[in-house]
Amino acid sequence: MKLMVNGEAHEVAAITLAELLAALDYEGDWLATAVNSDLVHKANRAEFQLSDGDRIEILSPMQGG
Amino acid sequence: MFDLLGTRLASRLLLGTAQYPSPAILADAVKASGTSVVTVSLRREMAGGKAGEKFWALISALGTKILPNTAGCHSVKEAVTTAKMAREVFGTSWIKLEVIGNHDTLQPDVFGLVEAARVLCEDGFAVLPYTTDDLVVAERLLGAGCKVLMPWCAPIGSALGPVNITALRAMRRHFPDVPLIVDAGLGRPSHAATVMELGFDAVLLNTAVAKAADPIGMARAFGKAVEAGREAFSSGMLEPRDVAVPSTPTIGRAVFS
Repeated sequence: MKLMVNGEAHEVAAITLAELLAALDYEGDWLATAVNSDLVHKANRAEFQLSDGDRIEILSPMQGG
Repeated sequence: MFDLLGTRLASRLLLGTAQYPSPAILADAVKASGTSVVTVSLRREMAGGKAGEKFWALISALGTKILPNTAGCHSVKEAVTTAKMAREVFGTSWIKLEVIGNHDTLQPDVFGLVEAARVLCEDGFAVLPYTTDDLVVAERLLGAGCKVLMPWCAPIGSALGPVNITALRAMRRHFPDVPLIVDAGLGRPSHAATVMELGFDAVLLNTAVAKAADPIGMARAFGKAVEAGREAFSSGMLEPRDVAVPSTPTIGRAVFS
């Protein structure tokens, strides 16, 4: 399946969002995820089914003004 | 003490966490400023990256309240989704709402801002909107559910200070009971003191401290200026006069000729 993850194209075997995070070595309570511009709660990642062409954003705390 | 959205804060200075020379200087500047609230953001994490973890550990250790922002968002959808992601990560419903309308001036898109504020307030957020000094926009933001307003006094990062004192004064007069925080454009401690003397409830700044030659010293200076300005406002300042008035008593002065 082809996905866009943080603006970069990826070809992955992951079916769910949680599997994608594990496959790409994303780990941590401080991460927030969105698929196609909508928040996917941490608790819902394991059951969230990805589709070909999905755009995934994986964000974490950063400096801000 | 200062009551902001039901939270008692020791300081009326809110401080940004970006652009410091190092994490250690950021931490020391936050402590030197005496601030009770720091602003943070969310950005893309690298695969396998731990940048967010390190920054989050640093900020958590400071013990201040966290105010996440939606900096860089140019649409209502972007801002709303970023706010929801921030609520999950930072565990707070407070959000500094930015919907940027112009790349050069970083001027808020006030139409998008009002729309995003309404969506987020209905969703239970405590929205602190980065706005202009326009009174009509301010009314709309309050109508959308905002309990606090954060007008700029000059473009973000410009260090120009209050470029339209008349507008800020009008805003204070027009909304006597709404907490007003000057956000963006402050360059010097005297700028912060000036807006606090006008009766603004607090100031939010970042670049003026982070990009100073000595951010820790500047953080301390801003903390003092904010306190001084507030105390001056509370103490009733003398109105300017066009004529000289002697301060030393004229009665009883010696006559030598």
